[in-house]
Amino acid sequence: MTNPATTPAATSTGDPLLRLEDVRKLFPVHSSSLTNRDRDFVHAVDGVDLEVRPGETLGLVGETGCGKSTLARCIARLYDVTSGKITFDGRDVTTLSRKQMRPIRREVQMIFQDPYGSLNPRRRVGSIIGDPFSIHGIGSRQERKRRVQELMEVVGLNPEHYNRFPAEFSGGQRQRIGVARALALRPKMLICDEPVSALDVSIQAQVINLLLDLQDEFGLTYVFISHDLSVVRHVSDRVAVMYLGKVVETADVDELFETTRHPYTKSLLSALPVPDPDIADSRQRIILAGDVPSPIKPPSGCRFHTRCPKARPDCVKVLPPLEPVLGDPPTHSAACLHPLEVGEDMSRSTPQIDDTETVVQLREEGAK
Amino acid sequence: MSLLEVKNLRVSFNTPDGVVNAVRGLSFDLNKGKTLAIVGESGSGKSVSTQTITGLTRGAKVTGEAYFDGVDLLTADASYLRKVRGSQIGMIFQDPLSSLHPYYRVGWQIVEMIRAHESVSKQAARDRAIELLNLVGIPRADTRIDDFPHQFSGGMRQRVMIAMAMSLSPSLLIADEPTTALDVTVQAQVLGVMRTMQEQFGTAIIIITHDLGVVAQMTDDVVVMYAGAAMETASRREIFYNQHHPYTEGLLQSLPTQGETSRLTPISGTPPSLISLPPGCPFEPRCRYAFDKCREETPPLREVFADPDHHSACWLSTDQDERVRLREESYAREEATA
Repeated sequence: MTNPATTPAATSTGDPLLRLEDVRKLFPVHSSSLTNRDRDFVHAVDGVDLEVRPGETLGLVGETGCGKSTLARCIARLYDVTSGKITFDGRDVTTLSRKQMRPIRREVQMIFQDPYGSLNPRRRVGSIIGDPFSIHGIGSRQERKRRVQELMEVVGLNPEHYNRFPAEFSGGQRQRIGVARALALRPKMLICDEPVSALDVSIQAQVINLLLDLQDEFGLTYVFISHDLSVVRHVSDRVAVMYLGKVVETADVDELFETTRHPYTKSLLSALPVPDPDIADSRQRIILAGDVPSPIKPPSGCRFHTRCPKARPDCVKVLPPLEPVLGDPPTHSAACLHPLEVGEDMSRSTPQIDDTETVVQLREEGAK
Repeated sequence: MSLLEVKNLRVSFNTPDGVVNAVRGLSFDLNKGKTLAIVGESGSGKSVSTQTITGLTRGAKVTGEAYFDGVDLLTADASYLRKVRGSQIGMIFQDPLSSLHPYYRVGWQIVEMIRAHESVSKQAARDRAIELLNLVGIPRADTRIDDFPHQFSGGMRQRVMIAMAMSLSPSLLIADEPTTALDVTVQAQVLGVMRTMQEQFGTAIIIITHDLGVVAQMTDDVVVMYAGAAMETASRREIFYNQHHPYTEGLLQSLPTQGETSRLTPISGTPPSLISLPPGCPFEPRCRYAFDKCREETPPLREVFADPDHHSACWLSTDQDERVRLREESYAREEATA
């Protein structure tokens, strides 16, 4: 969580540090036909509006294929967006050239999920962490070495291991190397793409604590991507839930968990395994039927209607806007035409449209 | 009634770097129709133990006993094991894409499995396969039976694996990290299917996982492994609400719990090398309660809290009140110095 005393006055007017407006990222799919007439696209990110305030942690959750990693790379301009606008620290960075992006890259850094794939195995750790300095032409060789060793200490690594190769470190330590590299230029914002998913449970906690401590110490803003809701709940101030390329709900973290509005969010929370037998035994479980639809041909209207226990005819036709519902405060938005009331038992809902996964499954169960 | 009795299982591998002692004296019992979770992180030996029991590890030096239905699998010959695997012990693994043959239709793979063990006609086997696919919740099973593995999503593939593993109604299903590669909502589906199978067929399940959330909902009993040995064995509730072993305690303490925003309490340090384990307790270097004896003598698994079903490999007091007191003291001390 954030410490208000150390948040930077990145934008003294109270503007968000990062703003995304209707961002879309489509990837073309090679068509199998000889004529390229019907080009298909993977709608990886399909119209996302988001804001991140300075000093806060925005958690971005969703399952495989929801577009969160693609979105992260769009924010870091590792991909060019297909359309939409990205504003960072008051500046429109959507279509900046590589050269123009250079100084901005010092402000936005990323740490990746795979501690084994994100470090060049042939380079020594000291030079990996020192890369940002040499790329941006900062400091003499000795200066860099000193700063790198400082960073290694900050992230809990032994500075004497400066000349070792990544293979000589464990997964958790490699993740720390990635963090040190990302922090080298004192960025304003860190995008963490599943930073602890590949780590053992006992190491996850170490790295999470490290990230939280660094946030306090350096006044960092985080976009924290994870599929693990319990981790997200622990680190985030606000959370955005994604499904099939779109944000379906955003709220302050406690509100998301206590006043869930979107049926998908509710299913996600319900599916979350809780390490507590009493709670596990007594919980209302909502088990979604079927799988996530293909992002090449997303369903019409609300993307979630094919699996939603509360689907109604209008859900098929209308794309629900992302806005506060049922009298919620402006900080809590949901994209749903039939949002959940507090205490509503979704396990009793049945969809009122045909040909959804849920209906097919129920039909087959009935026939048995 | 005991279905599987493992006694003092030891598995080691010769490697260029030295002998890796992957499993160092594991013992547990599993009764018919019950679910046992083997919990541990990477390198704990949890996968190697079950793979060795079913005869799937090669080049390993194995000692100990594993009685399945009265027969010691560790000394059984290859043809007996082949018979037992599939018909009496079903297995599903973490990555269903690598467990299913990509070139053969899914129905063919299930039918082949059935006909390898039983003399039934192709049609009868196919009908059984469709029934099983229905049972595991594959929609339109009668058409999907002729699809290839790549035409299914991860969750569906795992369900196909379960169907295949259950096709001969085995009395034991070993599921090695069955949901780790899956999304949370799909995980819930797959665990639900496993429970259904258990209810329908009375199958005992061994579920190997590092996910304590899965353990909390699925199991009757738990074995916690670390560095190739069992640290604690107890019932589900005892493991979560009344742990004895500091490693179990550390694991639970390091999880982000609902709604708490204070700093997490990780276990300091890293797991040991299985080649050069120090003498004494393997967890000692990372243990907040460690004292001299821990370094010198390896604690055996012994009964704690006067509960014959609760064992812990630790030198700390076996008295419940004393143990709780030690825990409270240790965490209070930590809070005070934080």
